[in-house]
Amino acid sequence: MEKFIRLTGVAAPLPRPNIDTDAIIPSREMKRVSKEGLGEGLFADWRYSDVAARVPNPDFVLNRPPFDRAPILIGGANFGCGSSREHAVWALKDYGVRCVIAPSFGAIFQGNCVRNGILPLVLAEGHVTALAAAADHRPLTIDLDALTVTLPSGDALTFTIPPADRQMLLEGLDPIGVTLKRLPAIIAFEADHLSRHSWI
Amino acid sequence: MGSTLVEKLWSRHRVADLGDGTDLLYVDRVLLHERTGSIALKELAEKGRAVRHPGRAFVCMDHIVDTRPGRGDETVMPGGTAFIRETRAAATAAGIHVFDIGHDNQGIVHVVSPEQGIALPGLTLVCPDSHTCTQGGLGALAWGIGSSEAAHALATQTLVVRRPRQMRVRFEGTPGPGVSPKDMILHLIATHGADGGAGHAVEFCGPAVTALPVEGRMTLCNMAVEFAAWTGLCAPDAKTIAWIEGRPHAPKEDAWVAAVADWADLHSDADAVFDREIVIDCADIAPYVTWGTSPQHAVPITGQVPALDEARDATAAAAWQRALSYMGLNPGQPLAGLPIDGAFIGSCTNSRLSDLRAAAEVLRGRKVAPGVRAICVPGSMRVKAAAEAEGLHTIFLDAGFEWRESGCSMCFFAGGEHFGQSERVVTTTNRNFENRQGPGTRSHLASPATVAASAIAGRLADARGHTTPAPTGGV
Repeated sequence: MEKFIRLTGVAAPLPRPNIDTDAIIPSREMKRVSKEGLGEGLFADWRYSDVAARVPNPDFVLNRPPFDRAPILIGGANFGCGSSREHAVWALKDYGVRCVIAPSFGAIFQGNCVRNGILPLVLAEGHVTALAAAADHRPLTIDLDALTVTLPSGDALTFTIPPADRQMLLEGLDPIGVTLKRLPAIIAFEADHLSRHSWI
Repeated sequence: MGSTLVEKLWSRHRVADLGDGTDLLYVDRVLLHERTGSIALKELAEKGRAVRHPGRAFVCMDHIVDTRPGRGDETVMPGGTAFIRETRAAATAAGIHVFDIGHDNQGIVHVVSPEQGIALPGLTLVCPDSHTCTQGGLGALAWGIGSSEAAHALATQTLVVRRPRQMRVRFEGTPGPGVSPKDMILHLIATHGADGGAGHAVEFCGPAVTALPVEGRMTLCNMAVEFAAWTGLCAPDAKTIAWIEGRPHAPKEDAWVAAVADWADLHSDADAVFDREIVIDCADIAPYVTWGTSPQHAVPITGQVPALDEARDATAAAAWQRALSYMGLNPGQPLAGLPIDGAFIGSCTNSRLSDLRAAAEVLRGRKVAPGVRAICVPGSMRVKAAAEAEGLHTIFLDAGFEWRESGCSMCFFAGGEHFGQSERVVTTTNRNFENRQGPGTRSHLASPATVAASAIAGRLADARGHTTPAPTGGV
């Protein structure tokens, strides 16, 4: 998995609560059994005025430079709620987004981000709003090692993230490989568990 | 200090404490479907990783399959056939059982798993599908995950999970006539917000939950994810045990006796401590319908679209304005009486036999209004067969409903069948998001009875007075 350590770039504001994964990638944009090439379908219903013909909607933030190349999104509360589709995260990644800042995230989406090298960064709602205003069109710097978001003014906000998520992102770990190192413990647990609950 | 039900299930499955509130949990069952499970199987195969216990994994073809009579692998959705065939091939290669198209047991994963006895009280169960929480209605710890986590669960039979906070939602009193489990959960979400359960495992309890049939508890738990909960569940009781006994994958003979004895401990202790508690008086719950594009945008069917100045803050007001624009509605407009173009009964929320009975009670001897496209999609082929055995299909067909094969169908638009641009649809599904059921389609979530009454009226309608309560015994 690609590591996430430090990132500098502009942040596209999407100040709406409850942006769901159907909006991030509509189901019809998930065309193949593949994680690849999903960026084109990112926010398709909002991004295109004619989805089939891929006509850009000039009013949508990701169609307005410099946000068309933004590696950071700033969203509202409960970002990524709804469907578990990991395609939402694969679409963000393919488009070039590496960090989403929001007051809260849908739980499955948040986990999917961490497993794909995207930082789901939680800040208090007031800080998210202030950050979007302070950043405007200018770049932010996010440092996962130092746990800071540095504004264009040079001021920095701090944030927290579960240590396991931070480690996975910083080191780009393969979660299955990490767990398989515990296989002896899993086998021992399993033997005991199944002996107590034979019907499993 | 006692333990909550979730804490008990958690400690039963903890393989290792990974520190910082995170544990490695043992996973008893992994369920997959062709939409997101396909890619989990593909990833494992590409990396040369084996499925650790193929006998405890199951695949359901539900998301992309057509629901038209005479269907096969071909789909209205462009490219759907590849999902079906790749999933089938990968599952077969891994030795995983497939509830496949054309089989008597095919259906929506969260309907099939309980009715097959795959989901059981006390088990941990995961699926790369957000509505896996449905199966918490049986007292399982069941939660939705992504495809990468599904691959992890298949390869290791474990998942790394952060301990959720504990919430109890207690439904006191008795719901009034015509108030269904769907209305109970919409009331909770409308009252406490679509992010009200964030970070929590939610136990639904109280006299009104105890009184619910098992299928109704699954409807309640189904929309825990729409409340942003990590999962929802109900403690198993005698009703649960009676519902499970004899199902194909349920334990038999001595194992059944041992399982039933074991399940007696699956309840929150009297002195268990919850981080948060919500108490709802069921007398406050009316049949609900949504007006906007989030499940929290719900009001009683007798109510109106709220005024923008009722919104909690400017962000919410802006979201309401956007939702009203999408839905073609104005503040203050009554919901009842809005003309509809479509009516849909189905989905993992409301497609079980009890749901079809509730709708049929309203539809019996009546006709769908002219110009309304009405569709019923049973939750599984077994539900369909059971409904046909008691003649429900003739009620739906005589009323003018389409009577489909099982699948997720028009709960969401995947490029195949859908409702039209700006069409107003009343639906028993779980998500009224923009474009969920079709580009520009306006979805109003409601109970099966409300959908049936609305289909007949040709307008959003209150089912009360048009029905007798659905049977509550046995299901």
